[in-house]
Amino acid sequence: MSAADTPVNPMNPAAPAAPPRADAPEWRTRFAHTNYLNAEYGIKSWLLTKDHKRIALLYLISITIFFALGGAYAIAIRLELLTPAGDLVQPHTYNKLFTQHGILMVFFFLIPSIPAVLGNFLVPLMIGAKDLAFPRINLLSWYIYLVGGIFTIWALLNGGIDTGWTFYVPYSTTFSNTYVVAVGLGIFITGFSSILTGLNFIVTIHTMRAPGMTWFRLPLFIWSHYATSLIMILGTPVIAITILLVALERVAHIGIFDPRLGGDPVLFQHFFWFYSHPAVYIMVLPGMGVISEVVSTFSRKNIFGYSFVAFSSLAIAVFGFLVWGHHLFTSSQSVYAGMIFSLISFAVAIPSAVKVFNWTATLYRGSISYDTPMLYALSFIGLFTIGGLTGLFLAALGMDVHLTDTYFIVAHFHYIMVGGTLSAYMAGLHMWWPKITGRMYPEGWGRFAALVLFVGFNLTFFPQFLLGYMGMPRRYHAYAPDPLWQVLNVMSTAGASILGFGLLIPAVYFIWSMRYGKFAPPNPWPATGLEWRTLSPPPTENFARTPVVTWEAYEYRPVEEMEVIGAGDAEGVQPVGGTISR
Amino acid sequence: MTAAEIHLTDAEAHAATALQHHFDNMEQQREAGTLGMWVFLITEIMFFGGLFTGYVIYRLLNADAFAVASSTLNWKLGALNTAVLITSSLTMALAVFYAQTGVRRMQIIFLLITMLLGATFLVVKGFEYGEKIEKHHVPIAGFWHWDEALPAGVTAERVQMFYWIYFAMTGLHALHMIIGLGILACLVYFAWRGRYTPEYHAPVEISGLYWHFVDIVWIFLFPLLYLLGAHLSHGH
Repeated sequence: MSAADTPVNPMNPAAPAAPPRADAPEWRTRFAHTNYLNAEYGIKSWLLTKDHKRIALLYLISITIFFALGGAYAIAIRLELLTPAGDLVQPHTYNKLFTQHGILMVFFFLIPSIPAVLGNFLVPLMIGAKDLAFPRINLLSWYIYLVGGIFTIWALLNGGIDTGWTFYVPYSTTFSNTYVVAVGLGIFITGFSSILTGLNFIVTIHTMRAPGMTWFRLPLFIWSHYATSLIMILGTPVIAITILLVALERVAHIGIFDPRLGGDPVLFQHFFWFYSHPAVYIMVLPGMGVISEVVSTFSRKNIFGYSFVAFSSLAIAVFGFLVWGHHLFTSSQSVYAGMIFSLISFAVAIPSAVKVFNWTATLYRGSISYDTPMLYALSFIGLFTIGGLTGLFLAALGMDVHLTDTYFIVAHFHYIMVGGTLSAYMAGLHMWWPKITGRMYPEGWGRFAALVLFVGFNLTFFPQFLLGYMGMPRRYHAYAPDPLWQVLNVMSTAGASILGFGLLIPAVYFIWSMRYGKFAPPNPWPATGLEWRTLSPPPTENFARTPVVTWEAYEYRPVEEMEVIGAGDAEGVQPVGGTISR
Repeated sequence: MTAAEIHLTDAEAHAATALQHHFDNMEQQREAGTLGMWVFLITEIMFFGGLFTGYVIYRLLNADAFAVASSTLNWKLGALNTAVLITSSLTMALAVFYAQTGVRRMQIIFLLITMLLGATFLVVKGFEYGEKIEKHHVPIAGFWHWDEALPAGVTAERVQMFYWIYFAMTGLHALHMIIGLGILACLVYFAWRGRYTPEYHAPVEISGLYWHFVDIVWIFLFPLLYLLGAHLSHGH
């Protein structure tokens, strides 16, 4: 706590600090330099900001709220499944629980999480730009997200929706008596925030790179966000028009998905998965970018096979659009189409495996430090591998018939979404927390929480693989009173409690660290990206002058040789004052 | 920091009022804006693409019904609208040209002509819609009604399928036209205020891209929706 009481300019204690405003509360003036957090004060300066870093924080707060809500639904689901009998909630309530859990987590947490928070904060910093190409559109995207989110929550509070997050017709268009159109509209609106974010990233990466920042000097985080943005702009419009058609069908009964009028319900599934399968890569690709940064930084070694990792992101984005049919193996799709989709689904495992092997090869003979981000990254690699390999079971035509709509599927995609994306999100939050807030999080608590999360996660979802293989169907509020099934379900529920606890710890210490954490030097780990060559937290315009890049990506040098561009003085060049003591 | 705070020579000052703080120079800003619009148009293609896919699938499944239904549309009004829109693309291109060369009066005149042509398109479209509404040929449950004779093998349900695709696609297109008219109105206002110069006219160019895109969508819609039945003996 004593560290918090004395303001320190980490680069140059002798440099005159920017004068704090006289009316500012005491704790806000503690940073020795003017940065994006203390440049302006007041609620208006946040709600009308065009600074990508502030917008990232707005996203961080709102996404956390949606994540907590989605998590509450998950807890309710696990509590119901503690016992075989459907005793906690009625079946129709349970239908709403898993639907709303899915919708909140997929559309309001997983899809925006890493791009909108970490990507927003880091893309301009990493390429040496002052901001994203369209700052106003960036702010607009947050408001659109918020409007879509509030609209959805309003619909959930007023009765909710029970179609499953997949909105399959004809149930969603004809039979469900819940708020399908309202929730659909909420997701439709939120989709535009995703499109605008992707558009902003693509234009920024193309046109705003600093001098000398060639494509192959870009951090892999940028490559993965570029690939993600491609999927966002190509896929999201398709789900938008699909949801619009479902709404039209439901309201006006136009007949597009109704066989009585010549429509085809399976066409909906094609449209839906044409977006929603690539959306899986929207969720996991940014995470892969985070892991590339973390693995390289904490093994202090150039990433193995840079161009392979970079191009595997693009390959995943392209292949991701060609595999949607593997969701339709049991939906009357032609068996020959199924064979092709099965083959391409196996093929998409190749670029994913390229990444896993390259991360592992990067670790080999690296100078590894087991800091919190690294613990999350290692758990990502392991859990993503399990999630990916079980995906191959499901891509096999014969196996899929046995496993479709069982808990095996549920376990599989939670290994990718929670074990993968959530781990990567946590890894990224910890790695860049010093940059975002200018404060260090408590390392010991961080490691402890990472361990708790890992244990809780596996205890929650590994039993579900076994349950699914034994035939327990998903989306039922009761199950056969088999003692073994109950034991596995109890394990899963217990794991979910540990998982929830493991998420509460970081929530507490992150908030704590914003006020009491140690001040962060510009480059605490140390890492190589441009974002570590400005102050923590960065000034509003990121760098004191436009950086000129003369080095390759992940070129590790003694930290004293890395200049800091962001001190705000005339020269703008000062050596890094060492790393934090650990 | 706002753009006005950047210190520049007097010669650059005019252009600089339009330079946003996070860009290094006008060239970079123009490039970003243009690429941004192209990327946006790609999302638009995907957006319309869902409907085009639905069209292709249902037309393959119901070839006869689609041809018959198509012949009930007024292809003459469709052709007129096609001519109107293509002309509006020409006048838009001229407006961009006069923005580039800095002839403010001509720029405003051609923007206004473009708006007039766009409005003409919507009025003609409105007459077409009005006729369909009068005949209850709008595929909304409870409203849709079909009593015209159909050849053997073609059912009213399949004709309805064509009509919802017709209304969804032309309706979405008309919505884009309305948005386009709004954009043009803004351009006229700012052009009136003398905002655009040979150094800074990216908004005019970028809006031009949007306008041309909306035209091109119509160029696909017209033959796909209006001209299918032309080969039928009872058509036209």
